[in-house]
Amino acid sequence: MDISKEDVKHVAKLARLEFSQEEIEDFTQKFASVIEYVEKLKEVDVEGIEPTYHVHPIKNVMREDKVGKSMDRDKVLSNAPDKETGFFKIPNVLD
Amino acid sequence: MDLNNFTIHELRDKLRKKEISSEELVNRYFKRIEKVEGKVESYITLTKEEALKKAKEVDEKLAKGEELGDLAGIPVAVKDNIVTEGVKTTCGSKMLENFVPPYDATVTKKLKDEDAIILGKTNLDEFAMGSSTENSAFKTTKNPWDLSRVPGGSSGGSAAAVVSDEAVYALGSSTGGSIRQPAAFCGIVGLKPTYGLVSRYGLVAFASSLDQIGPMTKDVEDCAIVLNNIAGYDKMDSTSVNREKVDYTKALKEGVKGLKIALPKEYFDDRIDSRVKDKIYDAVKVLEGLGAEVSEVSLPHSEYALSTYYIIAPAEASSNLARFDGVRYGYRTENYNSIDELFIKTRSEGFGEEVKRRIMVGTYCLSSGYYDAYYKRAQKVRTLIKKDFEDVFKKYDVIISPTTPTLPFKIGEKKEDPISMYLSDILTVSINLAGVPALSMPCGYIDGLPVGMQIIGKAFDESTILKTAYAYEQNSNYEKKTPEIK
Repeated sequence: MDISKEDVKHVAKLARLEFSQEEIEDFTQKFASVIEYVEKLKEVDVEGIEPTYHVHPIKNVMREDKVGKSMDRDKVLSNAPDKETGFFKIPNVLD
Repeated sequence: MDLNNFTIHELRDKLRKKEISSEELVNRYFKRIEKVEGKVESYITLTKEEALKKAKEVDEKLAKGEELGDLAGIPVAVKDNIVTEGVKTTCGSKMLENFVPPYDATVTKKLKDEDAIILGKTNLDEFAMGSSTENSAFKTTKNPWDLSRVPGGSSGGSAAAVVSDEAVYALGSSTGGSIRQPAAFCGIVGLKPTYGLVSRYGLVAFASSLDQIGPMTKDVEDCAIVLNNIAGYDKMDSTSVNREKVDYTKALKEGVKGLKIALPKEYFDDRIDSRVKDKIYDAVKVLEGLGAEVSEVSLPHSEYALSTYYIIAPAEASSNLARFDGVRYGYRTENYNSIDELFIKTRSEGFGEEVKRRIMVGTYCLSSGYYDAYYKRAQKVRTLIKKDFEDVFKKYDVIISPTTPTLPFKIGEKKEDPISMYLSDILTVSINLAGVPALSMPCGYIDGLPVGMQIIGKAFDESTILKTAYAYEQNSNYEKKTPEIK
């Protein structure tokens, strides 16, 4: 299938990415070449085949519901780009 | 004393016999790094001060006659996507340029508990996405055999560090071939363990159902020693598998008499450099001479492996890398007026081109209307690929193939064409998709460049891979070399 610049802009929006006018031409072309490559799977007959999301039959690993030690708050915040009074700080999200 | 290219097992014995101290060893390694790092560029961060401090502690323990493990006092390099408390872990990305992890990965903790000496953090393709280390935001590591060529990737820094003797051994990580391909290009031993054998806790996630950490070493015995020290169940990784502990050094000397070796015809087709194939056939003959039985087999879905991989890995990556939003850690854009602008600008400025491409491909394959056609279909083909291996392993003990379709390529040769770069993993991705273990080891040189042989085993049967590799290593008849870095 053909990938247009509009498709790329739509997917970018979903992925929270943006591309400049100069970037988008080259990106669309390379992106399309990857999608074209993976289209090869359309040849395979997968009728009745179960998907493998995971190679081992491990399901729903549970642990005992016990309170453990948490990481120290200062440590948690040590890499924060912006913080205030023990919280991560971001721009206002409510109007 | 000349310290060139010693292995873990050799240095372990020297330390115990007091022929050398750990401090002396660490100092010599930093001297070596000073000498060649300018040319090879294996490391992103060096941790000399901590390394020397730790070495002195180990020397004190040795002086007191304390019983120490195989790795004690011996220098190691760690790939920079494995977190190290208090030491920058960048993933080769501007996004994490200044990230100092507040905790250790389980493998880091295991190394530290064994008194290993971490020399530094090695270069990689950004977030381990690439096959050449050219995608690092900081530097391009060179192949020590020919500085105009790539060392492979994504664990290119780890492989180059080991072969140029800037470290005794290293840890790498593999999602589609990122341990074996650089091991092959640099002429060292690299093992991608069975999925679930080594804890992924603290490995910055790329594709969670494929990622595994593994050893990159100078010889097969070292590979077994390192695996002994990093394998094991971890409650912090719910995908790690709880099994009885195995001593991987035990089986090494068992030999290969009666071993059933399969050569998959799809891994020896026209896309593979015939000179590379000839080296593998020569190596297989050595094993045959030692009593192994060799047959040709088919892994019929091999031709779909790379397409399957380039849906599943980017899909998982697009989800995993959603965490990089400029809020809790990592890069944040300078100017923003809203939360959306903060997210979009942070991610667009912080990620490099290949990472963005994979996030985009993954997002596309998971998006409404395309999920079944791409993602779900790929997971079904994955079932078929996995079954191919299960069928062969009903009758055979190991599968042998080349690790890479070509010799190490030139820096810049494939960088502008993503598909041609992806094709360098054509012989390794199936193994990650199937979750089985595989090792690459050197089996000769062509035009002064190393060739890698891949040995694939059954799930959790690393011992059989290692004994096959050991038998070949001890009986191989090519002249072993070390690179002259120039």
